[in-house]
Amino acid sequence: MYQIEKLTKTYTQGKRTVHALRDVSLRIEDGELVSIQGPTGGGKSTLLQALGGLDRPTSGSVVLDGKDLTTMNDAGLTRVRAETVGFVFQNFNLIPTLTAQENVETALVPAGVAQADRARRAVAALQSVGLGERADHLPDELSGGQQQRVAIARALVKNPTVLLADEPTGNLDEETRDELIDLLESLWKEQGLTLIMVTHDSAVASRTPRRLHIAKGTLKDRS
Amino acid sequence: MFFTYLRRELRNRRKQTAVVAIGLAVAIALVMVVSSVSAGVRDAQASVLESVYGVGTDITVTQTAEPGEGGFGPGRFTFQKDEGKANDDGTRELSEDRLTTTRGTTSFDAAALDTVAGLEHVTGVAATLELTSLSFSGEMPDLRTTTEGGAAGGVVPGGEGAAGGTDGETGSGGSDETVQGGPSSFEIDERSVTGIDPTATAVGPLTTTEVADGRAFEASDADAKVAVLDAVHAEQQELAVGDTIKVSGTKLEVVGIVTSTTGEGVATASDIYLPITTAATLADLADQVTTLYVQVDSSENVEAVSAAIAAELPDTTVSTQADLAEGVSGSLSTASSLVSTLGTWLSAIVLLAAFGLAILFTVSGVNRRTRELGTLKALGWTQRRVVGQIAGESVAQGLLGGVAGVLLGGLAVLCVNLAGITLSGSTGTSFAGPAGGALPGGGAMPGGGQAAEGGAVVGPRQFGGGTGGGLTETVSDVVLSAPVSVWIVLAAVGLAVLGGLVAGVVGGQRAARLRPAEAFRSLA
Repeated sequence: MYQIEKLTKTYTQGKRTVHALRDVSLRIEDGELVSIQGPTGGGKSTLLQALGGLDRPTSGSVVLDGKDLTTMNDAGLTRVRAETVGFVFQNFNLIPTLTAQENVETALVPAGVAQADRARRAVAALQSVGLGERADHLPDELSGGQQQRVAIARALVKNPTVLLADEPTGNLDEETRDELIDLLESLWKEQGLTLIMVTHDSAVASRTPRRLHIAKGTLKDRS
Repeated sequence: MFFTYLRRELRNRRKQTAVVAIGLAVAIALVMVVSSVSAGVRDAQASVLESVYGVGTDITVTQTAEPGEGGFGPGRFTFQKDEGKANDDGTRELSEDRLTTTRGTTSFDAAALDTVAGLEHVTGVAATLELTSLSFSGEMPDLRTTTEGGAAGGVVPGGEGAAGGTDGETGSGGSDETVQGGPSSFEIDERSVTGIDPTATAVGPLTTTEVADGRAFEASDADAKVAVLDAVHAEQQELAVGDTIKVSGTKLEVVGIVTSTTGEGVATASDIYLPITTAATLADLADQVTTLYVQVDSSENVEAVSAAIAAELPDTTVSTQADLAEGVSGSLSTASSLVSTLGTWLSAIVLLAAFGLAILFTVSGVNRRTRELGTLKALGWTQRRVVGQIAGESVAQGLLGGVAGVLLGGLAVLCVNLAGITLSGSTGTSFAGPAGGALPGGGAMPGGGQAAEGGAVVGPRQFGGGTGGGLTETVSDVVLSAPVSVWIVLAAVGLAVLGGLVAGVVGGQRAARLRPAEAFRSLA
């Protein structure tokens, strides 16, 4: 469960002070599927980074399962990212030199999983996203949709409780987008994940039970 | 995962890997060649030194002559007006033999031998008496028939007295210069003579010789009138075992001929070897020695023993092998200074450039992979693991460069060895002095000053060279052999790995500063 209180993030860009988040308060229950919409530069990604412990806010708190990520040291945040939170990025962010299976395995490396077990779990994760046959393909041998499936397999292979997806369908065509949202929905249901998804796409947002909107750093809950 | 990721990365950016590895390889090869050639030159220097000072000599002790002392004087031949035999053509036949300490050195009390032998860490010591035999013979103008009171012109051209008496081929002593001026005709013969203790064979100049004919000295030769000749000198003088030579007017039987073990055709340290007691008697230097050859138990103790000798014998000059190596001249010396200065600097510059290149490429690689490394951090990779990955890639590049460098360097060293570069090294000290002089009778002396170890004084008037030049020099040709030791190979690979490590640390620091949020970098 996430409990976010008065989250503020400001940073300077040249001589300008940017207020990316302004006193954002929010509660997300375990197992929720939430979409966050908003215009470019409105604070969507900043909020997602704060939820994933990737960036430290200027003030406020982000409590995940009773632990405040804003006061946690770097080692603690690294552990949260390694064990609790999975990420899916708009550009897939796969390692270009590693095969699909090896890319999935990279998420198990921090947990110190033995190589044989790592390989077995990576193949299983790829099969769960329908890419069991493409395990030994390099990213540039896969389509955009397939690459994003690999990224999803990578995010879920470590069995996280939270999946944070930043514009997961942003680089995909409509058909592939729908397939991917179907996949995410089914995984969310099967695994009982808390799924938080940043998206521009209203068609994607409309499929989520809870829709948040963020603009100029201010959050509105439209659910 | 570490090695899989590393291997894939290096393979993926082959060009960059190749450029960095080649850069390091060239630098490592250069370092290897310089180290090997340097070791080869050191060996060559040691070889040249051994030919003069013998095997196993760690320290030599000599004493420099003070101005006016025996080994430093003008060395003139002096004849009285009515000396010699008058000829009908107005000349006089004159001759003189002289056996003195080698120019620039003087003798000292033989008790120094026991003093040095008694020092801690000294395992062997031998004394020698190193002398120069000069003989003058020829016809000079009979002054009783020339104009009274005057040296009538005849300035000897040539200016400085050059290094007399050394034949570049044979390397020591033995000059034969016939000089004519007007009615005069004379010959100056110079030979190097070394008195050896027949019982001290472990250290000293004869340790790098072997008997080519006859025999070496025996204990019973202690004060016998016998001589052992250098093979090169014997050949030049057409002498053989059983012949008789004359030193300082005394006849000596040639009992053996020795050759150098340091190279074919290389002259040994002296033209003539005599039992030290015989040499001392002939030179009127009883209980005197000119050089001590000292052997020390360990190279670590050389400096300590050297200091102890200097303290015990304050008037002497104590030289270690390193000091003696500095005295080696010729192309060997040029090669040595070339390797130690140009080679070292060039290696350092190329090495720095290669390190810089590796660092540049690594940092640029990290910058290019910002999102990739940010993603790994977002996946929970620790900073240490990310930095280790980058450093590992760099070290692997360094290792590749090191292996390639060792192969390249080995090939270059092989080429150097196959080229058979011959270096010429000479040891010794020359003393140039004003030469030239005036010959009565107006005769000009061609090539004046050369080999003018001593001019001639007839009656109260001088003529002939002044102090001339004196030189005791040994020249040796050594074929350069550059060795490649395991240590050189290990050091070369180590340097390359170090280069990779330095680049990895710099690149890794850049990676360490990356925030995991960089994974979102391309997003608005």
